[in-house]
Amino acid sequence: MSGNHTFGEAAIRAGCRSYFGYPITPQNELGEYMSEHLPANGGVFVQSESETAAINMVIGAAATGTRVMTSSSSPGISLKQEGISFLAGFQLPAVIVNVMRGGPGLGNIAPAQGDYFQATRGGGHGDYRTPVFAPGSVQEVADLTRVAFDVADRYRTPVMVLGDGMLGQMKEPVVFPEPISDFPEKEWALKGRGDGPSRYMASLILDPMEMERHNWELVRKYQVIAKNETRYEEYMLDDAKIVAVAYGTTARIAKAAIKRVRKEGVPAGLLRPITLWPFPKEPLQNLARRIEDFVVFEMSTGQMLEDVLLSLEGKARVAFHGRPGGVVPTPVEFARVLYREYQRQMRVNNETA
Amino acid sequence: MKLLNKWPDYYKKDVATHYCPGCGHGIVHRIVAELMEEMDLGRRAICVNPAGCAVLAYKYFDIDMIESAHGRGTAIATGVKRVKPELFVFTYQGDGDLSAIGTAETIHSANRGEHITVIFINNAVYGMTGGQMAPTTLVGQRTTTTPGGRNPKFDGFPLHITDVIAKFPGVIYAERVAVNGPAGIQRTKRAIRNAFQVQVDGLGYSIVEVLSPCPTNWKMTPEDSFKWITEVMAKEFVPGVLTDKRGGGD
Repeated sequence: MSGNHTFGEAAIRAGCRSYFGYPITPQNELGEYMSEHLPANGGVFVQSESETAAINMVIGAAATGTRVMTSSSSPGISLKQEGISFLAGFQLPAVIVNVMRGGPGLGNIAPAQGDYFQATRGGGHGDYRTPVFAPGSVQEVADLTRVAFDVADRYRTPVMVLGDGMLGQMKEPVVFPEPISDFPEKEWALKGRGDGPSRYMASLILDPMEMERHNWELVRKYQVIAKNETRYEEYMLDDAKIVAVAYGTTARIAKAAIKRVRKEGVPAGLLRPITLWPFPKEPLQNLARRIEDFVVFEMSTGQMLEDVLLSLEGKARVAFHGRPGGVVPTPVEFARVLYREYQRQMRVNNETA
Repeated sequence: MKLLNKWPDYYKKDVATHYCPGCGHGIVHRIVAELMEEMDLGRRAICVNPAGCAVLAYKYFDIDMIESAHGRGTAIATGVKRVKPELFVFTYQGDGDLSAIGTAETIHSANRGEHITVIFINNAVYGMTGGQMAPTTLVGQRTTTTPGGRNPKFDGFPLHITDVIAKFPGVIYAERVAVNGPAGIQRTKRAIRNAFQVQVDGLGYSIVEVLSPCPTNWKMTPEDSFKWITEVMAKEFVPGVLTDKRGGGD
């Protein structure tokens, strides 16, 4: 099954009952899948007039407590940022899929990872964070889409699943989790006041003291998310002397490169962040206690690189190799970088010895 | 014995209004709250309020509400109504919200014939931000961004968006009314009642455009504002039923 179809099927099985979206390549198959399968499962599909409208329809559906998804690709995600900020302010759960392509501007429709900053640094206006899951395979698309809905509900927050054109388009065997449809009652959901008191969902807080209180309240929630939901994968790290850091498609290429260089005697391993926010800072810091060399691989000009540098606090050497613009690097290319950096490490160590 | 001027159940008590003296919002708010009670809608109603003066409508309406970003009201209403068709969903929007920044959402929610009701307050200016030109500002009208009066050569013409969407098959009821005196207020209530009934009957989209006074930004007395609506504004935006596809007539 393709990654894009898998997003859709996994969402439906996670109890998603509404999808609002606007066509944009390379994620069109996701909306198409939803248009066929969501109504068949008692759900709602609307093709909106714009990504802006779609994210606001998401707000409306989320406000009623309905599990809801939207998806887009880079330029369309930019248009959704206003609504994502409102979701954060309202504290509404929703899942937003970004199948990234090359940029800036229209860029192209090839796989890229240039939206890391946008995804992890809020993206929209105001003081908020968005949990970001970065699947590395179609199977993980299925698994993490389920997790994304659960995290969104548990913490009442918009959650992003960040893939790229490669992940969206490629086909792999996939095993889906069993469908779920029973969820705990959402006390906060709007359903008409009935006989109870009326309720109001707002992001407007005119009193600065109250707004500040709201901001810190959000921060406390983000701290709990960081504590409970940080995910990462360690790959061949036990004996590693040089560590690649990469996520999503790039991590997959890095794994192939590591297998290759290990045959040449380079003890390389991989730390793969699965959540980009919260970023697996501690695992990196722990690695830096025994490993001196890190190489960040991205299909960008160096965005996650900044999180790696912030995490390592200058306690290790960090090299970077990026291919932006929709260029998909090869395992051989990454292997060369790992080999080169490892040789440099040996040289430096010999000189200082 | 019948109690006249009963305080509507769905209008909060003991709240000081933030609206300016002579503002039309209070009148339309009261009408909506009365209809919530008279039509037994308040228990299952969701109001989507806009960015603008009426962002604070939640201080007055005693029903479930959700705020919207500027212009996005009908998209949010679409989301609510599609997943919970049993709810009664209406938006309350101003002219800048509905016919400038939210034009796309307005046009397309109407074109999809969403089963929602739109209360459209047209006061020909941006009220909350201090009286700038709106899409509905009249030719020659002075605003803080048209100090010499709106000049079509540079500023375009007043936008008649309700007339545009009234032509859509999914728009079942569209009427323009004016809050310019007792008769206009009565007509406004009747129009909003008709529009609400369209949604109750599951017929489709309904909208009521209300020409509404903004004395503060018009720099007029409340009395002159009523007069200006009647003598000037209603000449450009002529009140009346713009479409009625209910079958059986009004």
